[in-house]
Amino acid sequence: MKENFTTKIRELKTEINIDDKLYLNRWKPDHQSHLEIIDPKVCEAKCSGKDCTIFCPARVYEWRDGRIAVGYEGCLECGACRIGCPHQNIRWRYPRGGYGVQFRLA
Amino acid sequence: MPEKFDAIVVGAGVAGLAAAYKMSQAGLSVVVIERGDYPGAKNVMGGVLYRSMMEDLIPEFWKEAPLQRPVVEQRFWFMDIDSVVTTGYKSQDWAREPYNCFTVFRGQFDQWFARKCTEAGVVIVNETLVEECLVENDKVVGVRTNRPEGDIYANVVVLADGVNSLLAKQLGFHQEWQPQQVALAVMEELKLPSEVIEERFNLEPGMGTTIEIFGGGTLGLVGTAFIYTNKEHLSLGVGALLSQLRQAKIKPYDLLENLKKHPAVRPLIRNAEPVEYYAHLIPEGGYKAVPQLVGNGVVVVGDAAQLVNGIHREGSNLAMTSGRLAAEAIIRAHQMGEFDRRALSHYEETLRNSYVMADLKKYKDSSHLFEKNPKYFNEYLPAANMALHEMLTVDGTSKKDKQKRIMQRILGGNSLYSVGKDLYQAWKAMR
Ligand SMILES: Cc1cc2nc3c(=O)[nH]c(=O)nc-3n(C[C@H](O)[C@H](O)[C@H](O)COP(=O)(O)OP(=O)(O)OC[C@H]3O[C@@H](n4cnc5c(N)ncnc54)[C@H](O)[C@@H]3O)c2cc1C
Ligand code: SF4
Ligand code: SF4
Repeated sequence: MKENFTTKIRELKTEINIDDKLYLNRWKPDHQSHLEIIDPKVCEAKCSGKDCTIFCPARVYEWRDGRIAVGYEGCLECGACRIGCPHQNIRWRYPRGGYGVQFRLA
Repeated sequence: MPEKFDAIVVGAGVAGLAAAYKMSQAGLSVVVIERGDYPGAKNVMGGVLYRSMMEDLIPEFWKEAPLQRPVVEQRFWFMDIDSVVTTGYKSQDWAREPYNCFTVFRGQFDQWFARKCTEAGVVIVNETLVEECLVENDKVVGVRTNRPEGDIYANVVVLADGVNSLLAKQLGFHQEWQPQQVALAVMEELKLPSEVIEERFNLEPGMGTTIEIFGGGTLGLVGTAFIYTNKEHLSLGVGALLSQLRQAKIKPYDLLENLKKHPAVRPLIRNAEPVEYYAHLIPEGGYKAVPQLVGNGVVVVGDAAQLVNGIHREGSNLAMTSGRLAAEAIIRAHQMGEFDRRALSHYEETLRNSYVMADLKKYKDSSHLFEKNPKYFNEYLPAANMALHEMLTVDGTSKKDKQKRIMQRILGGNSLYSVGKDLYQAWKAMR
């Protein structure tokens, strides 16, 4: 059958290392996280999709050893995880003033 | 720094800076608080800035502002997996003063705009996060920042804090946005010599083009992709409703990489070097999602108020206009010496009477329609590609037989009636 959008989506593979993209940016990393999983048990028991590990554009969230690991240092501060977590299980704040990603162009 | 100002503006994006500039010109004392290292450090835009709304504030700003290229051509691509139907419009009018619009880097433009504000008397405080509004007797009286002794007071607070408007939410002006009310966009800046850009995009030196891509850029998800020319960079991005990305289980950067490999895109970006990577939300809730705009001692402007016309990728201009109109209402309130909701409601009134709300109202059903009916992006755009493919591929089949095949494809499993209805509804939502 000829390829269409649906089959293409199914076959879409990740062919890049997201860190290569994040390395392009300038960062002022804070030593404390601005992102917090409210109840890790919800991730484990109630969330089959673990959607945050997929749609986060910086791959901040990873499912490791039975829990969500939060690599907040690479966060692009878009806000998608706050809105997109189906269980509203992420306490989302901005990094402190002056910290986080600092875009030069765009 | 005096403890109390006439107005505090939260956020040095174009909405906040427009409000600050206008108020300062009228003699009000204004402070702008921005969490980034500098204005623009947190801001992402594909890059088209419209001349008219900026000129409402600073006449002939293009003579000194850091701009990339005046846009002389706007192209539209209707993309299938490995083909594309193209159209567009190019005008010499747009290559001359006063121009129609420009590509810009917000990282540079916002800093320049902030400097203009400083010259007009505005105090700009960077690297400072506003954590909450200070409320006394049901009235906003100032803001709390993350700095020690960081409370600042004013008669009015302008919330220009962008799409993630935590502050307006804290005040109860809106609920958290739903995943179908925001698009998640990712974008890259790709470096190329300016002559190469001009050659590949068929441009006179210094002039620019925009390409809006429908269908294939998002693999049928409701959203768009785009390529804009800057002086020595291309902005290449793709955005789709968060609800749809989540449902399809797609990583946004996989869409971006997939787009780069499309046969229509690949030759345009050959040998271009990625230099920066971005992600940002775009408010897409439209007219029905616009929150409460005015409260006692507080107004909401720009993306924080969902003022984006997604169909026409207009946001910065609505942000600037809303900032300016809010400023005018505050100046009026200042003259009256009253800052309650009633006194500030002039902002809401003038906004409703402007193109901002008129345009949002006109398209109030469009993104909802595209989300509800996936056929537009998934069937009709590919069908248009197929139709041109059939008619333009010369292979000995009669044109009549080709037309028959095209009709079969367009109709697919649908009745002629349902296709007609879909097209009518799209026309109704867009007209
Ligand atoms: C990928 C993409 C492409 C786009 N393309 C276009 C286009 O081509 N043309 C167009 O017109 N529009 C476009 N838009 C939309 C446009 O970028 C926005 O509509 C516009 O930037 C809104 O301006 P704003 O001032 O309201 O918000 P923003 O520009 O987001 O500014 C908000 C500011 O507030 C600051 N802030 C937030 N919270 C706080 C706080 N608590 N304390 C202190 N500071 C705070 C932020 O750091 C930021 O500087 C695009 C958007 C995206 C994401
Ligand atoms: S989407 Fe929300 S609930 Fe699910 S794993 Fe991520 S944070 Fe946990
Ligand atoms: S704000 Fe955006 S980049 Fe940061 S963790 Fe959430 S989804 Fe990822």
